[in-house]
Formats: sequence, structure tokens, C-alpha cells
Amino acid sequence: MAFEMSVEKWASAVNEVTIGATSEEGGTRTSVVTVGGDTTLPFLHFEGKTPHLPAVAMEVLDVVPQNWPAAMQEAFGDVAEDPGAWAGKCVDEFGADMICLRLLGAHPDQADRSPEECAQTVKSVLEAVGVPLIVWGCGQSEKDNEIMPRCSEVAAGENCLLGAATEDNYKTIAAACMADGHKLIAEAPLDINIQKQVNILVSDMGLDLSRIVMFQSTGGLGYGMEYAYSIMERTRLAALSGDRMLSMPMLAVVGSESWKAKEARTPEDTAPEWGAAEERGVVWEATTATCFLHGGTHIFVMWHPRAVGLLRKTFDSLMGEEA
Amino acid sequence: MYAIGERINGMFKSVAGAIRESNPGPIQELAKAQLEAGAQALDVNVGPSAEDPLVAMEWLVKAIREVTDAPLAIDTTKPDVMTKGLELAGPGSIINSTKGQQEQLDIFIPMAIEHDATVIALTIDENGIPRDANGRGEIALRVVAAAMEKGLDPSRVMIDAVILPVNVTQPTPGHVLETIRNIKVLSDPPPKTVLGLSNVSQGTTQRELINRTYLVMTLAAGLDAAIVDVLDKDLMDAMIAAELLMDRAVYADDFLKAYRASART
Repeated sequence: MAFEMSVEKWASAVNEVTIGATSEEGGTRTSVVTVGGDTTLPFLHFEGKTPHLPAVAMEVLDVVPQNWPAAMQEAFGDVAEDPGAWAGKCVDEFGADMICLRLLGAHPDQADRSPEECAQTVKSVLEAVGVPLIVWGCGQSEKDNEIMPRCSEVAAGENCLLGAATEDNYKTIAAACMADGHKLIAEAPLDINIQKQVNILVSDMGLDLSRIVMFQSTGGLGYGMEYAYSIMERTRLAALSGDRMLSMPMLAVVGSESWKAKEARTPEDTAPEWGAAEERGVVWEATTATCFLHGGTHIFVMWHPRAVGLLRKTFDSLMGEEA
Repeated sequence: MYAIGERINGMFKSVAGAIRESNPGPIQELAKAQLEAGAQALDVNVGPSAEDPLVAMEWLVKAIREVTDAPLAIDTTKPDVMTKGLELAGPGSIINSTKGQQEQLDIFIPMAIEHDATVIALTIDENGIPRDANGRGEIALRVVAAAMEKGLDPSRVMIDAVILPVNVTQPTPGHVLETIRNIKVLSDPPPKTVLGLSNVSQGTTQRELINRTYLVMTLAAGLDAAIVDVLDKDLMDAMIAAELLMDRAVYADDFLKAYRASART
């Protein structure tokens, strides 16, 4: 008897979301990124479609992080003071599909930058690169509610992905998103129930479900990665089963989370038995990303160029002929 | 749960009046209201008083099709009325219903294949409604065997184990629950199960309470679909909560809203 592949019939699909707008669409981007549209679990090509490659968004910070790993200093030290130049390097040298601009400098404990200063940073990055942008606040709710409307405004029409709406703080950013024609990151603290609730809340405000990307505050390898994976898997199963409130594409923050791990960042002279430091960090990041790729993540916020290279190889091998 | 809205039925005075006067407004409003309330399909029954059921069915289906493409459950025992309804409603419709005796299956199963429809089969045959779950199961098995023999996938068969008013026969709700559980092992894939729910409370003084309590019990037994009054909000809330408790939907604080939003799209 011939082998027969067991194929699941799914009722629904992941939403397709496009980030970025070219001049024809009212923006100034030279490329756009479309993710989602999957009609099966990740990469089961015999069962359904995976119409788009996942996307790599390389992260650019508006302040040089304290205790930056040496490998990151080496890769980006020359441009770290200039977000535009940093973004340019990510795109020109490392082929980033998108830039994720993180406005950490707005945080009161950091440089406490004003909305206008943050908006200028957004503008400079928009001018420096042609790829679509993710614009993410500093993570402090009150301050983000001040800076994000202004940042959204200066990027109006560019169809950026703005971050992030949470269960306790979603109205300001969702309103900005709707007013200026952007997409929105809906964030949850590793909790599928809260993820669904945030999606319901922002859609109740009038933001169409097709304009949302989901983000579970993912941890790196060794720090909650498998729990994040299981939530992603359950989310994808819900999407395929027709749960419209969990059908959005998913984003994972891989770079900063992976490089937080002591295994990734401990210098070689402190732990010589762990081997070459850069190698460890790069592999830690690439491994975390690969796991989330299998979990169904669509957008990867990455740090190190070599980890990006390894992830792209995995994209290609998993996409096969569908690439 | 696959919810089939029961309200477009000539048993209701407003529907009978609209049919009599050829006034599509009330019918179309009922269609839209039921879909908005979570119906995924609409039952269409001309009622006992229609002068010419064939003409009435044709008029009803056309009136509904002006406002929605949702699947329709053509509710009649007459083959010619059924055929007319299916033709006008289009593929993906539901035949409501056939009984279990062979001569009926010989008519309605080929009709389901021809019109790309699902068929509801009542566990009633020439001997009437069986007294217990075993009798109901035997008829269900006969229906599934007939479907497979004629080339209709069992997943396109819905078995209705026939609920009777609880104030007429109190053991029946238990027999129906047992039948729903048993039917799941009849074939692979198994047939679906459906129930014309409101009959359970016919003639009682607490209709809505009995309806929603029994609906939850049948869902726990594995019921797939029900012909219900989707405009009864408490009933639908109970159904949605039951789906959640059976892990068929992911919890969120606004789970009622989420379920309704998902069902509408």
C-alpha cells in the first residue's frame, strides 16, 4: 500500500499584512513587506500555502546600549551614534527587509527625549533607507503616549508598523495608527488570552483586524523560549481553525532577548570553556529565531548580521520551491 | 457550534403573513437579524398554512437571496419543494430533512449529491420514533450506510436524534444525549449531529431556560449543530460559554464578543 500523507483541512488562514507604502501608495518607501496568508502550519507545503517569506527587521536603537556585547560593538560600533547610518548599514550591507527603530532614548531613565526629538529620529531613518519601518516606543506607557502620536504623524502615509498596544495602554497608539495610516503591534506578556483580549480591544476602537500584528513578549533560548513557542503554535492553530481574533501574523523580538542571555554575552576570558564569544552569541540568536520560525513567526526583529544570515538560510531551506 | 436560525418558518404568524401578502421585508429583516446574532445558516420553512408550498418556497428563497448568500436549510418533507428550494438556494445548502426509511433515503441522498448539499436525517422510520438510544442508533447507522453506498461522504450527513417535549416524555432527552455520543463511532469521518432544539421545551412554562440548559448538555455530549432561536441572546451566550469550556475557543475576557465577531466573518 502506497504511503498516504495525512493532510489536515483547515477552515481559515492567517491574515495577510503589508508594511510600507511606495510613492504609488502615498508613501516614500522603495520596497514593501507582505507577511502572512498562511493556510497551514509553518512550512507544511504539502498541506497548504506559505505565500510569503518571513521578514527580517534589523533593530536600530536611538541610544547606544550600555553593556553592548562586543560582537555588536564590532558590527555596528562605527554607526551606533547615528540611527540613520545604522539603518543604512543594515539595509545596504546586510540586506534587512525592514528596520525596527526602537526609541529607547525617550525613556525617562535614559535620555528622556522629547516627542519632537523622537520624531526627528524617525524622519532621519525614513530618509536614510527605503525599506519599511517598525517604530517602537521606549516601553514606558506615559512617555510612549507622548512620543508615539508625534512619531506617527511625521511618518504619516508610510504604512509603518507601530509598537506597541498593550491591554492597559492601547488607545493613544491605536488612534495614532488609524489617523496616519499605519499598522499596529498588539503586545501580550506571554499570554494567549491577553493577546486575544488586546486584539479585541483595539479592533473595538475601529482598527481593522487586518492592520494588526501580534507580539508575545518572547524570551530567548533558555529563558522561556519553549513557552513562547507553544503559545505561537496554539495561536496559529486558532487562526487556522477560524478564530478571527487570533488570525494576525506574529512578530518576535529575537536579537535583544537572545543577547540578554549570559550564555550569549559572557566574554571569552570569563568563561573560556564556553568557546568563542561571538560564535556563542550569534548561534544563540539564530537558534532562538529558528525555533520561532517553526512556531509560526512572520517578522523577526534581529540584531547580529551573521545571525540574520543563518536565519535566511533556514528560510530558504524551509520554503523550498515555494520561495 | 454550527447555528442554524429557526425563525423563517410559516409557523410564526409574522412569517405566514409575509408569505401570504408576498411582502419580503419582514423575511429579509429576519434573515439579517439572525445572521447578525450568529446564525451560520438559515432554516426556511413555508409552514403548514401555505396554499401552494412550492410557490411559497420559491418566493421565500428568492426573497432571502436578495439579502444574503448564507447557506439555507430547506425545511420540507416534500421532494418537489425541496428540489425547488435547493435549485434556488445554490450549492452548500442543507436538506432538512429525510427520515430513515429506505424509500426516503433513495430520494434525498442522491438529491444531496446532485445539489452539493448536506442532508439532515431524522432518526425516524416507518415504525415511528424509536423508544431509546439503541433504536435511534440503528436508524442512524442505516442512514450512514446508505450515504456511503450512494457516494455521499458521511461528513455531509447530519443525524437529528429527534428531541420531544420534556413534558411529554421525560426519558427522551437522556436517550438523545446517548445517541449523540454513539453516533460519533459510526464511521470515519463520522456523520455530524444536529438537533431541532426548541422542541424540547414545547408546551412548557420555562421555554428559554429549558432550551439553553439542554443545549449545553447536548454540546457536552458532542453535538455539532443545532436549529435554534439565535435571537435568544441568553441561549447564544450559554452556547458560546459551552464552546469555551470545551476548549473549542481560546479564552479572552471579551470571549462573547470575540466569538460573535468570528462567527460573522
